[in-house]
Amino acid sequence: MNTVTHRPLVPVGRVFWALLRRDLRVARRELPYFLVRTTLQPILFVVVFGYLLPKMNFVQRGYSTALLPGILAISLAFSSIQSVALPMVQDFGFTKEIEDRLLAPASARLIAFEKVVAGVLQGLVAAVFVLPIARLIMGPIAGLTVTDFGSVIAVTLLGATAFSALGLLMGTAIQPQQIGLMFSVIVAPMIFFGCAYYPWQGLSAVPVFKYAVLINPLVYVSEGMRGALTPALPHMPLGFVFLALAFITVVFWIWGLRAFERRAFS
Amino acid sequence: MTTDAAIRTRALRKVYPASGGKPSGIVALEGLDLDVRAGEFFGLLGPNGAGKTTTIGILTTRVRPTSGAASVAGADVVKEPVAVKQRIGVVPQRPNPDRSLTVLENLLFHAAYFGIPSKVALARARQLLEELGLAERGAAKVDEISGGQQQRLMIARALIHEPSVLFLDEPTVGLDPQARLALWEILRGLHAEGRTIVMTTHYMEEADRLCERVAIVDHGRLLALDSPGALKARAPGGTLIELTLDGDPAPVAESARTVPGVLRADVEGAVLRAYAERPGEAIAGLIKLAEQAGRAVTHVALSPPSLETLFMSLTGRRLD
Repeated sequence: MNTVTHRPLVPVGRVFWALLRRDLRVARRELPYFLVRTTLQPILFVVVFGYLLPKMNFVQRGYSTALLPGILAISLAFSSIQSVALPMVQDFGFTKEIEDRLLAPASARLIAFEKVVAGVLQGLVAAVFVLPIARLIMGPIAGLTVTDFGSVIAVTLLGATAFSALGLLMGTAIQPQQIGLMFSVIVAPMIFFGCAYYPWQGLSAVPVFKYAVLINPLVYVSEGMRGALTPALPHMPLGFVFLALAFITVVFWIWGLRAFERRAFS
Repeated sequence: MTTDAAIRTRALRKVYPASGGKPSGIVALEGLDLDVRAGEFFGLLGPNGAGKTTTIGILTTRVRPTSGAASVAGADVVKEPVAVKQRIGVVPQRPNPDRSLTVLENLLFHAAYFGIPSKVALARARQLLEELGLAERGAAKVDEISGGQQQRLMIARALIHEPSVLFLDEPTVGLDPQARLALWEILRGLHAEGRTIVMTTHYMEEADRLCERVAIVDHGRLLALDSPGALKARAPGGTLIELTLDGDPAPVAESARTVPGVLRADVEGAVLRAYAERPGEAIAGLIKLAEQAGRAVTHVALSPPSLETLFMSLTGRRLD
């Protein structure tokens, strides 16, 4: 008679760490491409609107103060989305590569959660990369302070988490063939109407826009960055920003997890 | 935990949701009851669409059953999927390695997911690569190795965490004959180590050569379950004679049963199938009958009793 013996269950933290190490290994290998992909566009924007136009006196000097937090917000948000959504397309592609992780002794929820955490970390890398470059191009920025360090961290983490959760949703709910379309139809409008290039208060000039853009999660990251980095400028109250980002995170996480499980199981 | 059954399914049913305007879903499994003993080499045999892959999918927690129960190595696949995953290794139908990693990394990370310390994992990975003839390819990217090598990588990956139950879904599809024989040898070795192996296949020969017991499934139902030898003994008596005619064989089949030695006769398309104890004698009688009915015989084929002939007698069609 045969006896089936089983090893004890692997602690959840250990599986999580192994999954995260795998994503970090892959991310590190692709770091240069990743940075170019996620930060080139915001940096080019900084060159034109933060350097050239002020030199030509087309925009006021103070514009760079309004621009910098928005540029950080874009880098953070879209590197987070991309680092979760794009690999997911390959993971759930023709051969369903993610299967070796779905067969790991962990729940699907843990595997999805790890993807979001990896997205947050990559978002942070992009933001930290962009900040000094933008500052260098734009020169001294009036009103930029990091005295409220706690708020900076809170906005950054919450923003990255919200957008990583959105990346989970996009990467699993959208068909692989349509991922390119997703970037032009969803991501591009999000950037332009995300209050990244102008403060939200400025939209009072066009009230319809001022309230319509509130469905755009990027607005809260941009305004949160303003509140934390350039508090002298008009910005949304930080408390409201935190609340909105937390709400958005929960909604995208629940929705994204459901989409992930639908793809993972049949 | 100790148990004698490695796998148990009861009234297992799976209906895939309707899609593309079809009102009802696709029934993949229709009440499957299976028991696989610990240490057994078990085969699931059936044509494409028989429900084999769905069965493996449910047992490996990736497909959720519509109803019924299934347990693997003592753990329920629906209620304790994590415990099941801890105890199984899976070789999928199509190799699905992690393409962002190298060959060796595929093994090391998979081991890490199972909590195996990195030193132990490295030693085991090197040994598996050696045994599977991949020792030189450890640093290669997955895309740089051949399909057969990827298949062997999948076997190494399924083994690195030393599972008690190993699932292989059509592991030899797409392999050349030499690679197929090499894989058979590997599987025999794993079985000799005492591992439970469940393999799906639509190759009769494979099931016959490797498995201790074979379940024949079709349309999501279990048609027969026994050792290959016992199943072959259950094949309808004697040799299968297949006559291809230049017209409808139905009128010939009617009277074929009166030919001395013929036990049974059916029709599929232009082929008349008869099972006979003394094939030489029966063939002559059948050809004469066909001529009397105004049909010419265009092809004759004989098959000795086999899983193949059993399958055909159970389902009325060929396996592939």
